[in-house]
Parts: sequence; C-alpha cells; structure tokens
Amino acid sequence: MSEVKYSKEHEWIKLEGEVATIGITKHATEMLGDIVFAELPEKGSSVEKDGTAGVVESTKAASDVYTPVSGEIVDTNQAIVDDPSKINQDPENSAWFFKLKIKDPSEMDTLMNKDDYDKFAKETSA
Amino acid sequence: METKKTSLYQLHKDSNAKFVEFAGYQMPIQYSEGIVEEHKFTRNHSGIFDVSHMGQLFIYGGEDLIKDLEKIFPLNLKNLKLNHSKYSFLMDKDAGIHDDLIITKINEGFLIILNAACKDNDFKILKELLNEKHKMVLDVNRSLIAIQGPKSSQILNEIVDGVKNLNFMSGNWFLFENQKVYITRSGYTGEDGFEISIPNNFADKLTRELINKGSKLVGLGARDTLRLEAGLCLYGHDLDKDKTPVEANLKWAISKERISKGDFIGSDIIIKQLTDGVSKIRVGIKPEGRIIAREKTKIFNQSDVLIGEITSGTFGPSVNGPVAMGYVENEFSKKNTKVFLEVRGKKHAASICSLPFYKKSYVKGANQ
Repeated sequence: MSEVKYSKEHEWIKLEGEVATIGITKHATEMLGDIVFAELPEKGSSVEKDGTAGVVESTKAASDVYTPVSGEIVDTNQAIVDDPSKINQDPENSAWFFKLKIKDPSEMDTLMNKDDYDKFAKETSA
Repeated sequence: METKKTSLYQLHKDSNAKFVEFAGYQMPIQYSEGIVEEHKFTRNHSGIFDVSHMGQLFIYGGEDLIKDLEKIFPLNLKNLKLNHSKYSFLMDKDAGIHDDLIITKINEGFLIILNAACKDNDFKILKELLNEKHKMVLDVNRSLIAIQGPKSSQILNEIVDGVKNLNFMSGNWFLFENQKVYITRSGYTGEDGFEISIPNNFADKLTRELINKGSKLVGLGARDTLRLEAGLCLYGHDLDKDKTPVEANLKWAISKERISKGDFIGSDIIIKQLTDGVSKIRVGIKPEGRIIAREKTKIFNQSDVLIGEITSGTFGPSVNGPVAMGYVENEFSKKNTKVFLEVRGKKHAASICSLPFYKKSYVKGANQ
C-alpha cells in the first residue's frame, strides 16, 4: 500500500509506481470555503516542485495550487473543472487534481506524513 | 485602533461565524454553511444581515433643512413624502462620489444610511456644508438589521405586525418590545426585504426571534455575491471619488427637475456629462465559461487595446457562473460587445451585458 504524504501548501500526494496523484486537503477546502472554479495544468507539461500547477477560486478569492514534487503531467481531473463543488465534497479522494510521472522520488521524503500534517494544519490555522 | 464589535457579535460567534475586519469592525464573512448556501437561502427563503456597521445619520430640521440638503443631494426632497426613501450620493464639486446612500424623510427631518467606511468622513463633510445649522446625530446606539428574501415579509410580520403593508422604498416607526424601531422596505440583494433600525440592546433579541421563525444569518461574503448579481454598486470598488454618477450609470437616481435648475454640488459636471456624454461608463460583464475576473482585471477590445478595468467580479451562485462589473470606454459599452479579460496572463472572452444578472423581485404594492 502506498502512503499518502502532505505538503505545507496543503496538497496531498499518493505515489503508485512512478505516477503520483495530487489534490488539495480537506483542511485546505475548509479554509477556502465554497470552491467555484478550478484550473488544472496541461497534460504533457512539466512542473517543478513547489511551482504553481493550477488555481482554485472560492467566491471570495483565487488561490494557487502547488505541486509538491516535480514531474510531467500525465492526467488531469476534468470532473472538478466541470463541477468545482466536488472539491469541497470529496477533496482527498475522487476530487484529485492531476497525476504526474515523478522525476525524483526522493522529493517524497521532504513531505509530511498524516500525523505531522494534521499537527501542522492545526497549528497554522490556530 | 481597536476593532469595533456590533451588538450581534456574540450571536455571530455562537453561530460559528468566520470573522473579517471590515471598516474597523469585526464582521461575519460567512457562517458554517458557507457563502453559496447562504446566498441561495436568501434568494429562496430569507437571510438576516447584520449591517450595524453602517452609519445611521439623523438630521433634524424643517423647511430650511430641505433647502440646505437640496444644495447637496441631487434629489427633489421637498416632494419626498414622509417615510419615503431615495437612493442618492454625496458628491464633491467635480461630481466625484464620496459615498452612496439611502435618504428617508422622517417626521423630524431625515434619516440617511451611510457606508461604514465613509460614515465618519460623510459626517464631517455634511456638518461643514450645513454650517452646523441643523442637529446631526450619527447614532451609535442603534443597530441595523436587514432581512432579505421572499419569506422576509411573512417572517418579520409575525414579529412586527404591519410591516407587510410597507411599499418598496418606504418605511415607518413600529414597536418591538415597546421599543421604537424604524423599518424600511429596502435592501441591497435584489430581493424583497426590510432594514430595521433598532436600539442596540434589542438587536440580539429581534435577530434570535427572526432565526426562530426560520430565517438564517448570512455573512458579508454572500451579501457581496447577492448585490453583484443584482447589479448593485459597492462603494470603494464600483464607486469612488474618481467616478461620477453619470459614469457609474446611475443617472436614474438624479432628479430631472434638479438637473434643469443645476444648483447642487457637482451639478456643473453632471449637466456637462449628460449633454456631452462620458468617456468611461459602468457596465455589466459576463465572462464566457467559468473564469472569474476579479477587481482590477484589465479589459481589452478585439484589437487588444486596453479599454477598461473590472471593479467587482465573483462567481454568482444563482446565475451559476461568473459575473462582473467594470468601467469601459464609452464606445465599447454597448450590450453584447465582445471584450477580453486578462486573468493570470491569459486573455479570456467576455461580453458586455445589461444589469442585473439576476432578475429582482422587489415588492411594489402593499399586502404581498
């Protein structure tokens, strides 16, 4: 079973083989409020660790989505573009954002596990 | 300066409000259900808005006061009937808007509802213009509660009997718990509704009773999406000192009779703009697709020339799509004109559209 890791920018990442699935955390959606717009990176494009790889907007404001690891985008989730409210409903599962072919698996080691992330999220939102 | 709290602060807290500082006040931006649900609930049922941060300016006086105020506001105040309200603006000599407001004729004078961020400056300007001739009270002892949406009339009437007989843009004194409350049938959401001026000590009780009758608290977040769908301006964004009522496409609010006389502050510019036209004008803008163009987004024509800027833009939950307003050069202001909005470095197609985005359902006659 592959472990899910988390970034300080509130993305989650699940690595299976050399393909990582990335989305935003439930905590992130709670901070953002109702998400009404999502923009995803283009398939085939390359993204760099901690670079922007999409945008989500609530009624209030726009926020960048960052990629926690580098790689090439191999798939994006059109369902959340068509209905962004899905992101609020199921952020850490069906409402994933994009999949990428990971460039350097060691970048996974820089990310947090669930317990550390939960602690981090609690501390930063207090 | 310490942030101020309204009389409903505890109730907001008890209702899990997320707070934001607005015009020096701790105000609820949303509650647990979120902006979209609060917006829809207001459209379908009734939402309660704490707008106590807004200024309630009472100016007392008779015939003299009417004459003095007509030098300031482009309204026919001598014909304004008792308990009737008008939308207007406080302008400078260049017709730049310092605030937009609602003025109501009351028994002893006028009640003017001012924007929170402008009220202290408005007070200073008006005091100077009126030469301290008339008694002016920016009342901090009263709260202002709005209830908006199709069920508002029925709900409020159960608590304050008779409000359902008020016509749109008119008001009266009523009693709640033996306290004098001034209620107008008005609002800023595009829905039928009321604004209630009530002594601070009773604001919490009234609001809790409205909630018990089925209404729900709604935050500033949904207030913004509601007013934008209704095509209504937000001061500091769609209106400011560098814009005139004619440029803001609000000439309907200026009395024709007063224009013909031209004896109010800013009238020279207003008359000139009405005669010669304006170079920029406020329009509705509908982006194609789902892209949201927010305030300060640049607007281009089809030849890629900059022609204006968005002043308000968001996602409209009832329209189920993005909505925006902004100022464009006059020649591009015609309905259905194709324009392009620059969002995050890319140009997105949009078109000029008429306002409102959402059809209003104000009650015109009584007993509805």
